[in-house]
Amino acid sequence: MTHPAIAKFIAKHQRTDLPEFRPGDTIRVNVRIREGEKERLQAFEGTVIARNNTGMGESITVRKISFSHGVERIFPLSANVIESIKVVRTGRVRRAKLYYLRELRGKAARLKERV
Amino acid sequence: MGPGIIGKKIGMTQFFRPDGQVVPVTLLKAGPCMVVQRKTPTSDGYDAVQLGLLEFVKPQRINKPRTGHLKKAGVEGAKHLREFRLRAGDGDPKPGDKVLLDQFKPTDKVDIVGVSKGRGFAGVVKRHHFRGGEGSHGSMFHRAPGSIGSSSFPSRVLPGMRMGGQMGNERVTVRNLEVVDVDTEDQVLAVKGAVPGPNGSYVLVRRAKR
Repeated sequence: MTHPAIAKFIAKHQRTDLPEFRPGDTIRVNVRIREGEKERLQAFEGTVIARNNTGMGESITVRKISFSHGVERIFPLSANVIESIKVVRTGRVRRAKLYYLRELRGKAARLKERV
Repeated sequence: MGPGIIGKKIGMTQFFRPDGQVVPVTLLKAGPCMVVQRKTPTSDGYDAVQLGLLEFVKPQRINKPRTGHLKKAGVEGAKHLREFRLRAGDGDPKPGDKVLLDQFKPTDKVDIVGVSKGRGFAGVVKRHHFRGGEGSHGSMFHRAPGSIGSSSFPSRVLPGMRMGGQMGNERVTVRNLEVVDVDTEDQVLAVKGAVPGPNGSYVLVRRAKR
């Protein structure tokens, strides 16, 4: 059980500007990238295959296929490297961790839209 | 500026600074405290206040001598008493005065004194970070201390030789922790970094000495 005081601290410092999404959804994460003094945004679009931890340490794993190579990125949800998140497409899945997608390619790795 | 406060460790969490840095924080339920006794150079030889942490305590849990001691200052429900030396700028608190968390603000530095987690009789690997030997490959030297000195000269073990023994459960001071957040409504203090002792242990928080 989280102590009420810790829960309050987390509620005070946690980000509230991110949309709701679940594993299986395809999202677009706008990542802040610093190049020397300049800052620009880079989008990472892929399927959420896991949501780990809760509170300030909550993170997501996003998987995409880039030039026929699987690429996964883990984002801490409270971090400010995330500028924004957009839900591109929902996906209907039956488990919380979609690690089985790593073994699948192409047509087999498709997910049905959630209604 | 007050002298300090008594707190109870709640637990740790983390948060992100605006520049993206992750900061580990420890939350402490700190105060409310009341001044139980005032020690002065004339009567005690030094300048200090004795604070009592106000919390819910059954009256029969406090022994009679202490009940009388608390009664003198008009304090009730203070099981934990700690003494704080008074320094310049700490004002002149009187017995019965309330000491609250509002004496601290974010970016202040504090020292925290607590009792570290007891580890019992620990060997040299855990206690002094000796490397120990291989686990396998026929090694017959695992976690033993090795040689502790020479032979017939000096025929004794030199003082201060690092060996196994009681580890932890001792008073530990952590200096210059940064105050991250002060919640005066719920009396919760958040400091950057770790604080000695298990969750639920009592610690002393004072303004950083240096």
